Amino acid sequence: MDLIEAALERRPENKEADGFRAPGMSRRKAVQAGMFGLFRAAALINGLALLVIVFFLLKNGAGSVTWEFLTEQPYDSMTRGGILPCIVGTLILGLGAMLVAFPLGVASAVFLSEYAAPGRAVRVIRLGINNLAGVPSVVFGLFGLAFFVTWCGFGVSILSGVLTLGLLSLPVIIGTAEEALRSVPQTYREASLGLGATKWQTISRVVLPAAVPGMLTGSILGLSRAAGETAAIMFTAAVFFSPRMPSGIFDQVMALPYHIYVLATAGTEIEKTRPLQYGTALVLICLVLGMNLAAIWYRARIQKRNQ
Amino acid sequence: MKEQIKIRAKNLNFYYTDFLALSEVSLDFFPHQATALIGPSGCGKSTFLRCINRMNDLIPGVRVEGSLCLDGQDIYGPKVDVVEIRRRVGMVFQKPNPFPKTIFENVAYGLRVNGGRDREALSRRVEESLRLSALWDEVKDRLDQSALGLSGGQQQRLCIARALAVRPEVLLMDEPASALDPIATQKIEELIHELKKRFTIIIVTHSMQQAARVSDRTAFFYMGRLIEVGNTETIFTYPRHKQTEDYITGRFG
Repeated sequence: MDLIEAALERRPENKEADGFRAPGMSRRKAVQAGMFGLFRAAALINGLALLVIVFFLLKNGAGSVTWEFLTEQPYDSMTRGGILPCIVGTLILGLGAMLVAFPLGVASAVFLSEYAAPGRAVRVIRLGINNLAGVPSVVFGLFGLAFFVTWCGFGVSILSGVLTLGLLSLPVIIGTAEEALRSVPQTYREASLGLGATKWQTISRVVLPAAVPGMLTGSILGLSRAAGETAAIMFTAAVFFSPRMPSGIFDQVMALPYHIYVLATAGTEIEKTRPLQYGTALVLICLVLGMNLAAIWYRARIQKRNQ
Repeated sequence: MKEQIKIRAKNLNFYYTDFLALSEVSLDFFPHQATALIGPSGCGKSTFLRCINRMNDLIPGVRVEGSLCLDGQDIYGPKVDVVEIRRRVGMVFQKPNPFPKTIFENVAYGLRVNGGRDREALSRRVEESLRLSALWDEVKDRLDQSALGLSGGQQQRLCIARALAVRPEVLLMDEPASALDPIATQKIEELIHELKKRFTIIIVTHSMQQAARVSDRTAFFYMGRLIEVGNTETIFTYPRHKQTEDYITGRFG
Protein backbone atom coordinates (compact mmCIF):
# COMPACT_ATOMS: atom_id res chain seq x y z
CA MET A 1 0.00 0.00 0.00
CA ASP A 2 2.69 2.45 1.07
CA LEU A 3 4.82 1.38 -1.87
CA ILE A 4 2.03 2.08 -4.31
CA GLU A 5 1.37 5.51 -2.82
CA ALA A 6 5.02 6.37 -2.91
CA ALA A 7 5.13 5.36 -6.55
CA LEU A 8 2.12 7.52 -7.34
CA GLU A 9 3.69 10.47 -5.55
CA ARG A 10 6.72 10.21 -7.83
CA ARG A 11 4.65 10.63 -10.96
CA PRO A 12 4.98 14.25 -12.12
CA GLU A 13 1.30 14.75 -13.02
CA ASN A 14 0.35 13.92 -9.46
CA LYS A 15 2.38 16.70 -7.92
CA GLU A 16 -0.67 18.98 -8.20
CA ALA A 17 -4.01 18.17 -6.63
CA ASP A 18 -5.69 15.99 -9.24
CA GLY A 19 -9.28 16.51 -8.18
CA PHE A 20 -9.57 13.15 -6.50
CA ARG A 21 -8.52 14.39 -3.12
CA ALA A 22 -9.74 16.84 -0.56
CA PRO A 23 -11.31 19.70 -2.62
CA GLY A 24 -15.09 19.67 -2.86
CA MET A 25 -15.51 17.65 0.32
CA SER A 26 -17.89 20.07 1.97
CA ARG A 27 -19.93 20.34 -1.22
CA ARG A 28 -20.24 16.57 -1.45
CA LYS A 29 -21.38 16.38 2.12
CA ALA A 30 -23.97 19.08 1.47
CA VAL A 31 -25.26 17.18 -1.56
CA GLN A 32 -25.47 14.03 0.50
CA ALA A 33 -27.38 15.78 3.27
CA GLY A 34 -29.70 17.32 0.68
CA MET A 35 -30.47 14.00 -0.98
CA PHE A 36 -31.10 12.26 2.32
CA GLY A 37 -33.43 15.09 3.26
CA LEU A 38 -35.32 14.58 0.01
CA PHE A 39 -35.73 10.85 0.58
CA ARG A 40 -36.73 11.40 4.16
CA ALA A 41 -39.37 13.91 3.08
CA ALA A 42 -40.74 11.44 0.49
CA ALA A 43 -41.05 8.72 3.10
CA LEU A 44 -42.64 11.15 5.52
CA ILE A 45 -45.25 12.27 3.00
CA ASN A 46 -46.23 8.67 2.40
CA GLY A 47 -46.59 7.97 6.08
CA LEU A 48 -48.50 11.21 6.59
CA ALA A 49 -50.97 10.41 3.81
CA LEU A 50 -51.96 7.20 5.57
CA LEU A 51 -52.18 8.96 8.93
CA VAL A 52 -54.39 11.69 7.50
CA ILE A 53 -56.75 9.15 5.92
CA VAL A 54 -57.04 7.16 9.13
CA PHE A 55 -57.48 10.31 11.20
CA PHE A 56 -60.15 11.59 8.83
CA LEU A 57 -62.05 8.31 8.95
CA LEU A 58 -61.76 8.09 12.72
CA LYS A 59 -62.97 11.66 13.21
CA ASN A 60 -65.97 11.25 10.94
CA GLY A 61 -66.79 7.59 11.32
CA ALA A 62 -65.75 6.42 14.76
CA GLY A 63 -68.97 7.83 16.22
CA SER A 64 -71.16 5.54 14.18
CA VAL A 65 -69.18 2.36 14.79
CA THR A 66 -71.03 0.71 17.64
CA TRP A 67 -71.65 -2.89 18.55
CA GLU A 68 -75.05 -2.70 16.86
CA PHE A 69 -73.42 -1.25 13.74
CA LEU A 70 -71.19 -4.29 13.49
CA THR A 71 -73.77 -6.93 14.34
CA GLU A 72 -77.07 -5.78 12.84
CA GLN A 73 -78.63 -5.56 9.44
CA PRO A 74 -79.42 -2.21 7.90
CA TYR A 75 -83.01 -1.00 7.93
CA ASP A 76 -85.10 2.09 7.15
CA SER A 77 -83.71 2.23 3.60
CA MET A 78 -80.25 1.68 4.98
CA THR A 79 -80.29 4.94 6.91
CA ARG A 80 -80.16 3.10 10.21
CA GLY A 81 -79.00 -0.21 11.58
CA GLY A 82 -75.73 -2.03 10.97
CA ILE A 83 -73.58 -3.41 8.23
CA LEU A 84 -73.10 -7.03 9.27
CA PRO A 85 -74.16 -8.44 5.87
CA CYS A 86 -71.56 -6.23 4.18
CA ILE A 87 -68.79 -7.37 6.51
CA VAL A 88 -69.68 -11.00 5.95
CA GLY A 89 -69.95 -10.42 2.20
CA THR A 90 -66.57 -8.75 1.94
CA LEU A 91 -64.92 -11.49 3.98
CA ILE A 92 -66.46 -14.15 1.77
CA LEU A 93 -65.50 -12.38 -1.44
CA GLY A 94 -61.95 -11.57 -0.33
CA LEU A 95 -61.13 -15.00 1.05
CA GLY A 96 -62.92 -16.71 -1.80
CA ALA A 97 -60.91 -14.74 -4.33
CA MET A 98 -57.70 -15.85 -2.61
CA LEU A 99 -58.89 -19.44 -2.57
CA VAL A 100 -59.21 -19.20 -6.35
CA ALA A 101 -56.22 -17.02 -7.14
CA PHE A 102 -53.53 -18.31 -4.77
CA PRO A 103 -53.27 -21.89 -6.05
CA LEU A 104 -53.71 -20.80 -9.65
CA GLY A 105 -51.20 -17.98 -9.31
CA VAL A 106 -48.60 -20.09 -7.53
CA ALA A 107 -49.00 -22.87 -10.09
CA SER A 108 -48.51 -20.38 -12.93
CA ALA A 109 -45.46 -18.92 -11.25
CA VAL A 110 -43.94 -22.36 -10.72
CA PHE A 111 -44.50 -23.16 -14.38
CA LEU A 112 -43.06 -19.88 -15.57
CA SER A 113 -39.97 -19.77 -13.43
CA GLU A 114 -39.19 -23.44 -12.74
CA TYR A 115 -40.43 -25.52 -15.64
CA ALA A 116 -40.85 -23.49 -18.78
CA ALA A 117 -37.76 -23.16 -20.95
CA PRO A 118 -36.97 -19.46 -21.22
CA GLY A 119 -37.99 -18.22 -24.63
CA ARG A 120 -40.55 -16.43 -26.68
CA ALA A 121 -43.61 -18.24 -25.29
CA VAL A 122 -42.73 -17.47 -21.69
CA ARG A 123 -42.00 -13.84 -22.56
CA VAL A 124 -45.40 -13.49 -24.22
CA ILE A 125 -47.20 -15.06 -21.25
CA ARG A 126 -45.34 -12.79 -18.85
CA LEU A 127 -46.17 -9.74 -20.94
CA GLY A 128 -49.82 -10.77 -20.86
CA ILE A 129 -49.79 -11.11 -17.09
CA ASN A 130 -48.12 -7.74 -16.64
CA ASN A 131 -50.71 -6.11 -18.87
CA LEU A 132 -53.48 -7.82 -16.95
CA ALA A 133 -52.23 -5.99 -13.88
CA GLY A 134 -52.87 -2.70 -15.62
CA VAL A 135 -56.42 -3.44 -16.72
CA PRO A 136 -58.91 -1.18 -14.90
CA SER A 137 -61.09 -3.04 -12.45
CA VAL A 138 -64.30 -1.94 -14.13
CA VAL A 139 -63.17 -3.83 -17.21
CA PHE A 140 -62.76 -6.93 -15.06
CA GLY A 141 -66.27 -6.24 -13.80
CA LEU A 142 -67.67 -6.11 -17.31
CA PHE A 143 -65.75 -9.22 -18.29
CA GLY A 144 -67.12 -11.00 -15.22
CA LEU A 145 -70.62 -9.91 -16.17
CA ALA A 146 -70.28 -11.13 -19.73
CA PHE A 147 -68.40 -14.34 -18.97
CA PHE A 148 -69.23 -15.69 -15.51
CA VAL A 149 -72.64 -14.12 -14.95
CA THR A 150 -74.11 -14.50 -18.43
CA TRP A 151 -72.12 -16.99 -20.49
CA CYS A 152 -71.38 -19.45 -17.68
CA GLY A 153 -74.82 -18.81 -16.24
CA PHE A 154 -73.60 -18.29 -12.67
CA GLY A 155 -75.80 -15.19 -12.39
CA VAL A 156 -74.93 -12.30 -10.14
CA SER A 157 -73.54 -14.39 -7.31
CA ILE A 158 -70.75 -14.98 -4.87
CA LEU A 159 -69.26 -17.45 -7.34
CA SER A 160 -69.12 -14.91 -10.18
CA GLY A 161 -67.71 -12.25 -7.85
CA VAL A 162 -65.07 -14.54 -6.39
CA LEU A 163 -63.92 -15.65 -9.83
CA THR A 164 -63.79 -12.08 -11.11
CA LEU A 165 -61.87 -10.87 -8.06
CA GLY A 166 -59.60 -13.88 -8.35
CA LEU A 167 -58.71 -12.97 -11.91
CA LEU A 168 -58.16 -9.39 -10.87
CA SER A 169 -55.65 -10.31 -8.18
CA LEU A 170 -53.88 -13.01 -10.22
CA PRO A 171 -51.18 -10.74 -11.71
CA VAL A 172 -50.11 -9.49 -8.30
CA ILE A 173 -49.96 -13.01 -6.94
CA ILE A 174 -48.08 -14.42 -9.93
CA GLY A 175 -45.62 -11.53 -9.83
CA THR A 176 -44.78 -11.89 -6.15
CA ALA A 177 -44.78 -15.67 -6.34
CA GLU A 178 -42.25 -15.57 -9.17
CA GLU A 179 -40.18 -13.09 -7.19
CA ALA A 180 -40.32 -15.42 -4.19
CA LEU A 181 -39.25 -18.40 -6.31
CA ARG A 182 -36.36 -16.44 -7.76
CA SER A 183 -35.15 -15.53 -4.30
CA VAL A 184 -34.81 -19.20 -3.31
CA PRO A 185 -31.06 -19.83 -3.56
CA GLN A 186 -30.08 -21.90 -6.58
CA THR A 187 -27.87 -23.91 -4.21
CA TYR A 188 -31.00 -25.42 -2.60
CA ARG A 189 -32.09 -26.74 -5.97
CA GLU A 190 -28.62 -28.06 -6.73
CA ALA A 191 -28.34 -29.74 -3.33
CA SER A 192 -31.70 -31.43 -3.75
CA LEU A 193 -31.11 -32.57 -7.34
CA GLY A 194 -27.63 -33.69 -6.34
CA LEU A 195 -29.15 -36.12 -3.87
CA GLY A 196 -31.16 -37.84 -6.55
CA ALA A 197 -34.40 -35.92 -6.11
CA THR A 198 -36.56 -35.35 -9.16
CA LYS A 199 -37.42 -31.86 -10.29
CA TRP A 200 -40.90 -32.09 -8.82
CA GLN A 201 -39.58 -33.41 -5.49
CA THR A 202 -37.14 -30.52 -5.45
CA ILE A 203 -39.88 -27.98 -6.13
CA SER A 204 -42.44 -29.42 -3.74
CA ARG A 205 -40.12 -30.24 -0.84
CA VAL A 206 -37.47 -27.55 -0.97
CA VAL A 207 -38.28 -24.66 -3.30
CA LEU A 208 -41.93 -24.09 -2.45
CA PRO A 209 -41.54 -24.29 1.35
CA ALA A 210 -38.73 -21.75 1.13
CA ALA A 211 -40.78 -19.49 -1.13
CA VAL A 212 -44.09 -19.59 0.75
CA PRO A 213 -43.41 -16.63 3.05
CA GLY A 214 -42.70 -14.41 0.06
CA MET A 215 -45.74 -15.75 -1.74
CA LEU A 216 -47.92 -14.88 1.21
CA THR A 217 -46.87 -11.26 0.82
CA GLY A 218 -48.35 -11.37 -2.65
CA SER A 219 -51.54 -12.89 -1.43
CA ILE A 220 -51.82 -10.19 1.22
CA LEU A 221 -51.61 -7.54 -1.47
CA GLY A 222 -54.08 -9.45 -3.62
CA LEU A 223 -56.46 -9.93 -0.73
CA SER A 224 -56.37 -6.23 0.13
CA ARG A 225 -57.06 -5.30 -3.42
CA ALA A 226 -59.90 -7.79 -3.74
CA ALA A 227 -61.52 -6.81 -0.46
CA GLY A 228 -61.56 -3.14 -1.34
CA GLU A 229 -62.71 -3.62 -4.92
CA THR A 230 -65.98 -2.03 -5.98
CA ALA A 231 -66.20 -1.93 -9.74
CA ALA A 232 -65.36 -5.60 -10.22
CA ILE A 233 -68.18 -6.81 -7.98
CA MET A 234 -70.73 -4.20 -8.94
CA PHE A 235 -72.06 -6.27 -11.85
CA THR A 236 -71.00 -9.69 -10.69
CA ALA A 237 -71.76 -10.26 -7.03
CA ALA A 238 -72.85 -7.26 -5.04
CA VAL A 239 -76.39 -6.41 -4.21
CA PHE A 240 -77.79 -3.04 -3.22
CA PHE A 241 -79.65 -4.41 -0.26
CA SER A 242 -80.33 -7.89 0.96
CA PRO A 243 -82.60 -8.65 3.87
CA ARG A 244 -80.85 -11.93 4.65
CA MET A 245 -77.40 -13.47 4.87
CA PRO A 246 -76.12 -15.41 1.84
CA SER A 247 -76.73 -19.13 2.13
CA GLY A 248 -74.78 -20.48 -0.85
CA ILE A 249 -72.33 -19.59 -3.58
CA PHE A 250 -75.12 -18.65 -5.98
CA ASP A 251 -76.46 -15.98 -3.64
CA GLN A 252 -75.78 -12.32 -4.05
CA VAL A 253 -74.06 -10.50 -1.21
CA MET A 254 -73.73 -7.03 0.17
CA ALA A 255 -70.12 -5.83 0.38
CA LEU A 256 -68.47 -2.98 2.25
CA PRO A 257 -66.99 -1.02 -0.68
CA TYR A 258 -70.15 -1.29 -2.71
CA HIS A 259 -72.22 -0.34 0.31
CA ILE A 260 -70.18 2.85 0.71
CA TYR A 261 -70.60 3.57 -2.96
CA VAL A 262 -74.36 3.05 -2.78
CA LEU A 263 -74.83 5.13 0.35
CA ALA A 264 -72.70 7.94 -1.03
CA THR A 265 -74.24 8.12 -4.50
CA ALA A 266 -77.55 6.38 -4.83
CA GLY A 267 -79.16 6.46 -1.42
CA THR A 268 -82.23 8.52 -0.66
CA GLU A 269 -80.56 10.29 2.22
CA ILE A 270 -77.00 10.84 1.10
CA GLU A 271 -76.21 13.62 3.55
CA LYS A 272 -77.94 11.96 6.46
CA THR A 273 -75.99 8.75 6.04
CA ARG A 274 -72.54 10.42 5.86
CA PRO A 275 -71.54 9.13 9.31
CA LEU A 276 -72.60 5.65 8.24
CA GLN A 277 -70.48 5.97 5.11
CA TYR A 278 -67.42 6.94 7.09
CA GLY A 279 -68.12 4.25 9.63
CA THR A 280 -68.35 1.66 6.88
CA ALA A 281 -65.11 2.89 5.35
CA LEU A 282 -63.43 2.67 8.74
CA VAL A 283 -64.65 -0.89 9.18
CA LEU A 284 -63.38 -1.77 5.69
CA ILE A 285 -59.94 -0.36 6.43
CA CYS A 286 -59.78 -2.18 9.74
CA LEU A 287 -60.89 -5.41 8.10
CA VAL A 288 -58.20 -5.17 5.43
CA LEU A 289 -55.64 -4.27 8.07
CA GLY A 290 -56.77 -7.19 10.19
CA MET A 291 -56.48 -9.63 7.29
CA ASN A 292 -53.04 -8.22 6.50
CA LEU A 293 -51.92 -8.61 10.09
CA ALA A 294 -53.17 -12.18 10.18
CA ALA A 295 -51.24 -13.00 7.01
CA ILE A 296 -48.11 -11.23 8.28
CA TRP A 297 -48.33 -13.13 11.55
CA TYR A 298 -48.71 -16.39 9.69
CA ARG A 299 -45.76 -15.55 7.44
CA ALA A 300 -43.59 -14.69 10.43
CA ARG A 301 -44.50 -18.01 12.02
CA ILE A 302 -43.45 -19.93 8.93
CA GLN A 303 -40.22 -18.00 8.64
CA LYS A 304 -39.44 -18.70 12.26
CA ARG A 305 -40.10 -22.39 11.78
CA ASN A 306 -37.79 -22.41 8.77
CA GLN A 307 -34.89 -20.95 10.67
CA MET B 1 -1.05 -50.88 -9.63
CA LYS B 2 -3.78 -52.17 -11.84
CA GLU B 3 -7.09 -51.06 -10.43
CA GLN B 4 -10.59 -50.99 -11.71
CA ILE B 5 -11.53 -47.62 -13.19
CA LYS B 6 -14.53 -45.95 -11.51
CA ILE B 7 -14.92 -42.98 -13.78
CA ARG B 8 -13.36 -42.55 -17.18
CA ALA B 9 -13.49 -39.37 -19.23
CA LYS B 10 -12.42 -39.73 -22.82
CA ASN B 11 -11.92 -36.75 -25.13
CA LEU B 12 -14.50 -34.80 -23.24
CA ASN B 13 -15.47 -31.43 -24.72
CA PHE B 14 -17.84 -29.08 -22.96
CA TYR B 15 -19.46 -25.95 -24.35
CA TYR B 16 -21.32 -23.10 -22.69
CA THR B 17 -23.28 -22.15 -25.83
CA ASP B 18 -20.29 -21.25 -28.05
CA PHE B 19 -17.58 -21.11 -25.45
CA LEU B 20 -15.42 -24.21 -25.27
CA ALA B 21 -14.87 -24.67 -21.54
CA LEU B 22 -13.31 -28.14 -21.63
CA SER B 23 -11.26 -29.42 -24.48
CA GLU B 24 -10.30 -33.05 -25.06
CA VAL B 25 -10.13 -34.00 -21.42
CA SER B 26 -9.23 -37.64 -20.83
CA LEU B 27 -8.95 -38.61 -17.22
CA ASP B 28 -9.51 -41.73 -15.11
CA PHE B 29 -10.55 -41.96 -11.49
CA PHE B 30 -9.99 -44.98 -9.29
CA PRO B 31 -12.01 -46.30 -6.34
CA HIS B 32 -10.86 -45.57 -2.80
CA GLN B 33 -8.72 -42.68 -3.90
CA ALA B 34 -9.05 -38.97 -3.57
CA THR B 35 -8.21 -37.08 -6.72
CA ALA B 36 -7.65 -33.34 -6.54
CA LEU B 37 -8.47 -31.09 -9.49
CA ILE B 38 -6.35 -27.95 -9.38
CA GLY B 39 -5.78 -24.99 -11.64
CA PRO B 40 -6.37 -21.24 -11.84
CA SER B 41 -9.90 -19.75 -11.83
CA GLY B 42 -11.75 -20.41 -15.06
CA CYS B 43 -9.58 -23.38 -16.01
CA GLY B 44 -12.56 -25.73 -16.20
CA LYS B 45 -11.98 -27.85 -13.11
CA SER B 46 -15.38 -27.08 -11.58
CA THR B 47 -17.07 -27.46 -14.94
CA PHE B 48 -15.49 -30.88 -15.24
CA LEU B 49 -16.60 -31.82 -11.75
CA ARG B 50 -20.16 -30.77 -12.48
CA CYS B 51 -20.18 -32.86 -15.66
CA ILE B 52 -19.82 -35.99 -13.58
CA ASN B 53 -23.21 -35.68 -11.87
CA ARG B 54 -24.70 -33.76 -14.78
CA MET B 55 -25.24 -30.67 -12.64
CA ASN B 56 -24.39 -28.61 -15.71
CA ASP B 57 -27.66 -29.79 -17.25
CA LEU B 58 -29.33 -27.03 -15.25
CA ILE B 59 -27.62 -24.36 -17.32
CA PRO B 60 -29.35 -23.60 -20.61
CA GLY B 61 -27.32 -23.95 -23.79
CA VAL B 62 -24.63 -26.35 -22.63
CA ARG B 63 -23.31 -29.17 -24.81
CA VAL B 64 -21.15 -32.21 -24.10
CA GLU B 65 -19.05 -34.20 -26.56
CA GLY B 66 -16.89 -37.25 -26.00
CA SER B 67 -17.60 -39.82 -23.36
CA LEU B 68 -17.77 -39.88 -19.61
CA CYS B 69 -18.37 -43.28 -18.06
CA LEU B 70 -19.31 -44.40 -14.59
CA ASP B 71 -18.47 -48.11 -14.20
CA GLY B 72 -18.32 -48.34 -17.96
CA GLN B 73 -21.78 -46.84 -18.47
CA ASP B 74 -21.94 -43.54 -20.35
CA ILE B 75 -23.27 -40.86 -18.01
CA TYR B 76 -24.57 -38.92 -21.00
CA GLY B 77 -26.03 -41.97 -22.75
CA PRO B 78 -29.55 -41.68 -24.13
CA LYS B 79 -31.12 -44.21 -21.77
CA VAL B 80 -29.46 -42.92 -18.64
CA ASP B 81 -31.63 -41.76 -15.74
CA VAL B 82 -30.08 -38.52 -14.49
CA VAL B 83 -31.76 -38.93 -11.13
CA GLU B 84 -30.10 -42.32 -10.69
CA ILE B 85 -26.69 -40.93 -11.70
CA ARG B 86 -26.99 -38.19 -9.12
CA ARG B 87 -27.91 -40.67 -6.43
CA ARG B 88 -24.77 -42.65 -7.19
CA VAL B 89 -22.58 -39.56 -7.51
CA GLY B 90 -23.01 -37.31 -4.49
CA MET B 91 -21.89 -33.71 -4.35
CA VAL B 92 -20.72 -31.26 -1.71
CA PHE B 93 -20.79 -27.64 -2.74
CA GLN B 94 -18.49 -24.69 -2.26
CA LYS B 95 -20.70 -22.94 0.26
CA PRO B 96 -22.47 -25.02 2.89
CA ASN B 97 -26.06 -25.21 1.66
CA PRO B 98 -28.19 -27.05 4.21
CA PHE B 99 -31.93 -26.86 3.63
CA PRO B 100 -33.91 -24.65 6.00
CA LYS B 101 -35.08 -27.79 7.78
CA THR B 102 -34.07 -29.62 10.91
CA ILE B 103 -30.71 -31.37 11.14
CA PHE B 104 -32.46 -34.73 10.98
CA GLU B 105 -34.56 -33.80 7.96
CA ASN B 106 -31.50 -32.51 6.13
CA VAL B 107 -29.75 -35.84 6.37
CA ALA B 108 -32.94 -37.82 5.81
CA TYR B 109 -33.89 -35.78 2.73
CA GLY B 110 -32.05 -37.91 0.18
CA LEU B 111 -33.49 -41.06 1.72
CA ARG B 112 -37.01 -39.69 1.70
CA VAL B 113 -36.92 -38.62 -1.93
CA ASN B 114 -35.63 -42.08 -2.75
CA GLY B 115 -38.62 -43.62 -1.08
CA GLY B 116 -37.47 -44.07 2.52
CA ARG B 117 -40.48 -44.12 4.86
CA ASP B 118 -39.64 -46.32 7.80
CA ARG B 119 -38.81 -43.97 10.67
CA GLU B 120 -36.61 -46.53 12.36
CA ALA B 121 -34.50 -47.17 9.27
CA LEU B 122 -34.25 -43.45 8.58
CA SER B 123 -32.98 -42.79 12.09
CA ARG B 124 -30.37 -45.48 11.78
CA ARG B 125 -29.10 -44.17 8.46
CA VAL B 126 -29.09 -40.56 9.72
CA GLU B 127 -26.99 -41.54 12.72
CA GLU B 128 -24.64 -43.60 10.56
CA SER B 129 -24.15 -40.69 8.16
CA LEU B 130 -23.62 -38.14 10.90
CA ARG B 131 -21.06 -40.42 12.53
CA LEU B 132 -19.29 -40.84 9.20
CA SER B 133 -19.07 -37.08 8.80
CA ALA B 134 -17.81 -36.72 12.39
CA LEU B 135 -20.74 -34.56 13.38
CA TRP B 136 -22.81 -36.96 15.45
CA ASP B 137 -21.43 -36.05 18.87
CA GLU B 138 -21.98 -32.36 18.23
CA VAL B 139 -25.59 -32.62 17.08
CA LYS B 140 -27.06 -35.81 18.54
CA ASP B 141 -29.02 -33.86 21.16
CA ARG B 142 -30.50 -31.37 18.77
CA LEU B 143 -31.45 -33.30 15.68
CA ASP B 144 -34.84 -31.59 15.65
CA GLN B 145 -33.37 -28.11 15.58
CA SER B 146 -32.80 -26.07 12.47
CA ALA B 147 -29.65 -26.81 10.51
CA LEU B 148 -29.18 -23.09 9.95
CA GLY B 149 -28.22 -22.71 13.61
CA LEU B 150 -25.00 -24.69 13.06
CA SER B 151 -21.64 -23.05 12.43
CA GLY B 152 -20.29 -22.91 8.89
CA GLY B 153 -17.98 -25.86 9.42
CA GLN B 154 -20.72 -27.92 11.03
CA GLN B 155 -23.07 -27.03 8.19
CA GLN B 156 -20.56 -28.27 5.67
CA ARG B 157 -20.09 -31.54 7.56
CA LEU B 158 -23.88 -31.79 7.66
CA CYS B 159 -23.94 -31.39 3.89
CA ILE B 160 -21.38 -34.17 3.66
CA ALA B 161 -23.56 -36.36 5.91
CA ARG B 162 -26.54 -35.52 3.74
CA ALA B 163 -24.64 -36.60 0.65
CA LEU B 164 -23.38 -39.80 2.33
CA ALA B 165 -26.83 -40.81 3.56
CA VAL B 166 -27.90 -42.06 0.14
CA ARG B 167 -24.73 -44.18 0.02
CA PRO B 168 -23.23 -42.77 -3.14
CA GLU B 169 -20.30 -44.46 -4.84
CA VAL B 170 -18.55 -41.26 -5.78
CA LEU B 171 -18.35 -38.02 -3.81
CA LEU B 172 -17.69 -34.80 -5.68
CA MET B 173 -16.43 -31.89 -3.59
CA ASP B 174 -16.35 -28.43 -5.10
CA GLU B 175 -13.92 -26.42 -2.96
CA PRO B 176 -15.64 -27.76 0.16
CA ALA B 177 -13.49 -25.78 2.59
CA SER B 178 -13.14 -22.48 0.77
CA ALA B 179 -15.77 -20.78 2.91
CA LEU B 180 -14.46 -22.19 6.18
CA ASP B 181 -11.94 -21.15 8.80
CA PRO B 182 -8.67 -23.10 9.24
CA ILE B 183 -9.91 -25.32 12.05
CA ALA B 184 -13.10 -26.27 10.23
CA THR B 185 -10.99 -26.82 7.12
CA GLN B 186 -8.73 -29.19 9.00
CA LYS B 187 -11.74 -31.20 10.17
CA ILE B 188 -13.02 -31.50 6.61
CA GLU B 189 -9.59 -32.64 5.44
CA GLU B 190 -9.37 -35.28 8.15
CA LEU B 191 -12.80 -36.39 7.11
CA ILE B 192 -11.72 -36.78 3.50
CA HIS B 193 -8.94 -39.09 4.64
CA GLU B 194 -11.50 -41.31 6.33
CA LEU B 195 -14.06 -41.14 3.54
CA LYS B 196 -11.75 -42.09 0.73
CA LYS B 197 -11.44 -45.56 2.26
CA ARG B 198 -15.06 -46.13 1.25
CA PHE B 199 -15.77 -43.80 -1.65
CA THR B 200 -14.20 -42.44 -4.78
CA ILE B 201 -13.51 -38.82 -4.00
CA ILE B 202 -12.92 -36.03 -6.47
CA ILE B 203 -12.16 -32.67 -4.96
CA VAL B 204 -11.73 -29.31 -6.62
CA THR B 205 -9.52 -27.03 -4.61
CA HIS B 206 -7.76 -23.71 -4.93
CA SER B 207 -5.39 -24.54 -2.18
CA MET B 208 -2.22 -26.32 -3.25
CA GLN B 209 -1.53 -27.36 0.33
CA GLN B 210 -4.96 -28.90 0.58
CA ALA B 211 -4.47 -30.85 -2.64
CA ALA B 212 -1.13 -32.08 -1.33
CA ARG B 213 -2.59 -33.04 2.03
CA VAL B 214 -5.75 -34.88 1.03
CA SER B 215 -5.29 -36.35 -2.41
CA ASP B 216 -3.61 -39.43 -3.82
CA ARG B 217 -3.68 -38.12 -7.34
CA THR B 218 -3.71 -34.61 -8.69
CA ALA B 219 -4.88 -33.32 -12.04
CA PHE B 220 -3.83 -29.87 -13.23
CA PHE B 221 -6.19 -27.99 -15.53
CA TYR B 222 -5.33 -24.90 -17.50
CA MET B 223 -7.49 -23.03 -20.02
CA GLY B 224 -9.95 -25.88 -20.35
CA ARG B 225 -7.30 -28.52 -20.92
CA LEU B 226 -5.94 -31.21 -18.70
CA ILE B 227 -2.23 -30.41 -18.61
CA GLU B 228 -0.98 -33.11 -16.34
CA VAL B 229 -2.18 -35.83 -14.02
CA GLY B 230 -0.28 -38.14 -11.73
CA ASN B 231 0.42 -39.16 -8.18
CA THR B 232 0.13 -36.11 -5.98
CA GLU B 233 3.68 -36.52 -4.72
CA THR B 234 5.07 -36.71 -8.24
CA ILE B 235 3.08 -33.72 -9.46
CA PHE B 236 4.27 -31.58 -6.60
CA THR B 237 7.89 -32.68 -6.68
CA TYR B 238 8.62 -33.44 -10.33
CA PRO B 239 6.00 -31.76 -12.49
CA ARG B 240 6.62 -32.59 -16.13
CA HIS B 241 5.15 -29.41 -17.57
CA LYS B 242 6.37 -25.91 -17.03
CA GLN B 243 2.80 -24.58 -16.59
CA THR B 244 2.21 -27.05 -13.77
CA GLU B 245 5.40 -26.04 -12.07
CA ASP B 246 4.62 -22.33 -12.46
CA TYR B 247 1.18 -22.87 -10.94
CA ILE B 248 2.17 -25.00 -7.97
CA THR B 249 5.06 -22.73 -7.12
CA GLY B 250 2.69 -19.77 -7.13
CA ARG B 251 4.05 -17.98 -10.14
CA PHE B 252 0.54 -17.46 -11.52
CA GLY B 253 -3.04 -18.34 -10.72
